[in-house]
Amino acid sequence: MIRLEKRPTPSQTWAYLTPLVAVVATMIAGGILFAFLDKDPVVAIRTIFWDPIFGEFAFYYRGQLLVKAGPLILIAIGLSLGFKAGIWNIGAEGQYIMGAIFGAAVGLAFYPMEARWLIFPLMILAGAFGGFLWAMIPGILKTRFNTNEILVSLLLVYVAESILASMSLGLLRNPEGAGFPGSRNLRQYESAANNELIAGWGMHWGVVAAFIAVIFAYILLSRHIMGFNIRLTGESPRAARFAGVNPNRLILFCLGLSGALAGLAGMFEVAGPAGQISIDFNVGYGFTAIIVAFLGRLHPIGILLAGMLMALTYIGGEAAQASLGLPAAAIQAFQGMLLFFLLAFDVLTNFRVRFGREAAV
Amino acid sequence: MELSINPILLVASLMVASTPILLAAIGEMVVEKAGVLNLGVEGMMIVGAICGFAIAVETGSPAVGFVAAALGGAILSMLFGFLTQYLLSNQVATGLALTLFGLGLSSLMGQGYVGIKPPSTPKLDIPILGDIPVLGPMIFSHDLMVYISLAIVAGVWAFLKYTRGGLILRAVGESHDAAHALGYNVILVRLAAIGFGGACAGLGGAYLSLVRVPQWTEGMTAGAGWIALAIVVFASWRAGRVLLGAYLFGGITVLQLNLQAAGVAIPVELLSMSPYLITILVLVIISSDRNRAALNAPASLGRSFHASS
Repeated sequence: MIRLEKRPTPSQTWAYLTPLVAVVATMIAGGILFAFLDKDPVVAIRTIFWDPIFGEFAFYYRGQLLVKAGPLILIAIGLSLGFKAGIWNIGAEGQYIMGAIFGAAVGLAFYPMEARWLIFPLMILAGAFGGFLWAMIPGILKTRFNTNEILVSLLLVYVAESILASMSLGLLRNPEGAGFPGSRNLRQYESAANNELIAGWGMHWGVVAAFIAVIFAYILLSRHIMGFNIRLTGESPRAARFAGVNPNRLILFCLGLSGALAGLAGMFEVAGPAGQISIDFNVGYGFTAIIVAFLGRLHPIGILLAGMLMALTYIGGEAAQASLGLPAAAIQAFQGMLLFFLLAFDVLTNFRVRFGREAAV
Repeated sequence: MELSINPILLVASLMVASTPILLAAIGEMVVEKAGVLNLGVEGMMIVGAICGFAIAVETGSPAVGFVAAALGGAILSMLFGFLTQYLLSNQVATGLALTLFGLGLSSLMGQGYVGIKPPSTPKLDIPILGDIPVLGPMIFSHDLMVYISLAIVAGVWAFLKYTRGGLILRAVGESHDAAHALGYNVILVRLAAIGFGGACAGLGGAYLSLVRVPQWTEGMTAGAGWIALAIVVFASWRAGRVLLGAYLFGGITVLQLNLQAAGVAIPVELLSMSPYLITILVLVIISSDRNRAALNAPASLGRSFHASS
């Protein structure tokens, strides 16, 4: 007979150990999945997790690591603040798209003027504002009309995708693009390009912003009253209200900040790695960031590491796609599995497993 | 250009368009009535869509496909059930995980099935009713699943209102501690509800891939599962209103598609985002009345149950 006994306080050891156990369990389960797909599980796992960092072509993949991790970390940091307080913004994908559209629109509005000191900062502001605006919709509906923010933020992703399609076919389409959908390539526009800062490293301004966000979130959570309020609201909403926390302001703060960060991620992506607004611009970073936030235990440093790991699965997945013919969807299922295992093993943080019958008290 | 929308065809296609969401929403309503919030509807729907599609193609029988879809959805929902009921994980996070995992798993399973035509689901030829002018082609000339979905709604309504089982389910959803103290097995009741919800979502997904579209494409549910979740809120957790909400939503979908086809001078993007915008609008209207929203929601919705005290 196996029973669970609630711990008086969550176990610190297990809180740190759970993500590692979950990753190992996912590798094993993933290996089984790959075996079902007729791929050698050991080779597949090595191709995904080892070769991109230490393998033959590592010099190429290492740079890609930061490119992929940047947006994931930036979005996940914002989401984690809300998740801590029980405010569920799951529409980061939409905010990411709107940030990209706003940022790109500002950049393209100045084309072909050359003034990097003016245009690039304006684009950053516009990107953050776009994401902020999109996240404010569920925020205001939640505070004003008590509407469920989970559903609204998610439904707005589909609206944003429609707007993205409309923009790349209409307003922002490249007038010299021979009628093909998609905007001008911002990477070829000196004043708006978000290129690598050091060649081969994958380090662009979005990655810098992600690192700043990590530090900012760390200070906010450990040193600032707002961080305390966020944690308090998550632990006990009632206690927080008695302590004078204004729940509406907290909701708007968390949603607004996570939206702005997701918008920033979108803007840096469209001006850098993606280069242009196109119909298939968004690749699901906003959803994967949810996994990153949980895998990082909603802690800034954890998110930094989790973002790197998740970026590795993206890159390794692409490598495995090329060399082993592993389907792209396998990696998506793999990432989903990781979140499952993490949530499953989390039981050990809050509960103690006991064997044998419960003694009558 | 003249606007030509045939009202008979409109209502007929409305019923077809609504059925996937109706199935998913009625299943989720039962789950929420038991006090569990499963945000994985989208994931279960899409896995149901590919399970149903693949099995229907392999066996040549849509009926077997639908059974497989229900099974697939239910099996996936048991993953959610195990995590939230036995390992006491956060229901919101686990539901999201289910959706993300389901989307990945489904495109993995659907690799060989892109661009294939499924065996067609026959339309019923109801002898006398189908011959009624206007009403016949409107309401009585669909495939069996449309009527099964209506029967499920009626069944759920009767089960919750008139049976002892329904009473127990509602008790578990309102106060799991009280239900536990009365000797009911809270976890078992909830698992049964989650399984039912998964099966319904799977059926809904299969209806999309086998009848409504009919084809398999990655991510083909396109938010239908989330809209089903919204409809449960809109319906204030009542079976009759779930039907109303799903048909209302289906009507909007069909109408906007008709408007697109008719070439009305409204931008296509605006039309295609209208179902989502209207869903949000309806959610706002329903939830703005705080008292009513609080009264109808199951009191234990989303809370984990652990018989430790």
